[in-house]
Amino acid sequence: MTNAPVLDGEALHRTLRRLAHEIVEATQGVEGLVLVGIETGGAVLAQRLAREIEQFEGQRPAMGTLDITLHRDDLSRRGFASTPRPTQLPDIDGRVVVLVDDVLFTGRTVRAAMDALNDFGRPRAIRLAVLVDRGHRELPIRADMVGKNIPTSRTDDVRVLLQEVDGRDCVVVVPGKVAI
Amino acid sequence: MTAELTRIATGAPGTSSTSGTGWNHQDILDLDDFSVAEIEIVLALADRMREVLDRRIARVPALRGYTIVNLFFEPSTRTRASFELAGKVLGADVLSVTASTSSVTKGESLIDTVRTLRAMRTDAIIMRHSMSGAPYLAAEHTDASIINAGDGAHAHPTQALLDLYTMRSRVGDLRGKRVVMVGDISHSRVARSDMWGLAAMGADVVVCGPPTLLPRGLRASDRPAHAESAMPPVTIETDIDRALDGADVVMALRLQSERQDSGLLPSLHEYSQLYQVTQERLARAKPNHLLMHPGPKNEGIEIAGTVAAGRNSIIEEQVTNGVAVRMALLYLLSGRTESPGGAPGGMPGGEIRS
Repeated sequence: MTNAPVLDGEALHRTLRRLAHEIVEATQGVEGLVLVGIETGGAVLAQRLAREIEQFEGQRPAMGTLDITLHRDDLSRRGFASTPRPTQLPDIDGRVVVLVDDVLFTGRTVRAAMDALNDFGRPRAIRLAVLVDRGHRELPIRADMVGKNIPTSRTDDVRVLLQEVDGRDCVVVVPGKVAI
Repeated sequence: MTAELTRIATGAPGTSSTSGTGWNHQDILDLDDFSVAEIEIVLALADRMREVLDRRIARVPALRGYTIVNLFFEPSTRTRASFELAGKVLGADVLSVTASTSSVTKGESLIDTVRTLRAMRTDAIIMRHSMSGAPYLAAEHTDASIINAGDGAHAHPTQALLDLYTMRSRVGDLRGKRVVMVGDISHSRVARSDMWGLAAMGADVVVCGPPTLLPRGLRASDRPAHAESAMPPVTIETDIDRALDGADVVMALRLQSERQDSGLLPSLHEYSQLYQVTQERLARAKPNHLLMHPGPKNEGIEIAGTVAAGRNSIIEEQVTNGVAVRMALLYLLSGRTESPGGAPGGMPGGEIRS
């Protein structure tokens, strides 16, 4: 029950570098690849992955961001929380879209993201890359590329902190309250 | 889900309001009870909605299962179509009820109509009525959200918000910007709501028209002491050339033709001679001024045709932005709906589906 990071800055960096290689391997090059980060954490990670890919491929992949707030229909349950972030996508028709998110949990966010993508075009394929897979899926969804599998309890809080947003890089698991 | 956790991790500020964001309206009746923070929430959200609207397939499921009724006791093309499209883009069910003014009158029957619509599980009622205050009466008698789409000569808050959004997207910060409204201020609900919104955002508001068409009580000296806040602070100008001098934004208001018979004007011809917004007169405004009109316009009366279609005109942009702003408002209201029976938003079982 400690808050020591499960991934520290250096480990996170190494993991991203491996993910970057796996993405290019799976898509067989940068041509026809579109990296789409799911706001907010995924968008930052997609930027990092693009930089990594550019370093060893010499070419930056096409990029996009996707906010799925408006594709969730549980708004009335949760209330208005914050203004959605912009969605900006290049042409995705016939290309391979790699969705990037920080944490894969129930799978509902990813499902909403796939719904949203369908309104923008018809990709040749959609792949999923996540930094952390914490389990507890509620839908038949799995990631194609996983940075780290972290076994968690359902009530735990998995927090991905990133330099660009939080001033430091690490992943911590905050234990949830034990149900009585 | 993950975005939410990040927000928790970074300690995003929360406030005491229910939603934690400073948004606290169940109804939208006028802008006089909107804080600057609330206006900012609407404008920021409208930006996102504008992006959705410009997509090839402009449809998201954010308001699935949400039911909106357009209840119009007065004719309307753009406001009604705008709300209908806004609801549909967000995946809501929208229907329109045109209540003929002869069959439904004031008092009991309005309350009855609103209650009947709510009994059909309507979540929001968009209402236009010829009587000032009618939406307030409706809001008192239902827990459905009431949006005022124009009541008499009183208010038209969604038009004012789309005007604010359109100005902001063009000129940025409105503080100190000279916004001139020309025309029949007295009978204009648009002008009244715009004045509140613009004053809140710090604009320098000038209203211009013949003295008979300027509302009583607008001049600080006419105002009884207790009515200090009953009217927003504006500058009054009866000379159009002086009014337009250095204007950042010029808004022409529709002159209703029935005014001619009201005794307030000698003739439409004389009005257009003295107050029509023309290219020559606009030479006094800033070269890159914005020309707006809430519509429907009478070209040749309050505005010259060449001006309405001119380089500085952003009248059609107002119309497009109107849909985005109304999407934002519907979205915000839907987050606060509690249906009777416990499960919020009428989703039995309350299963998160996204």
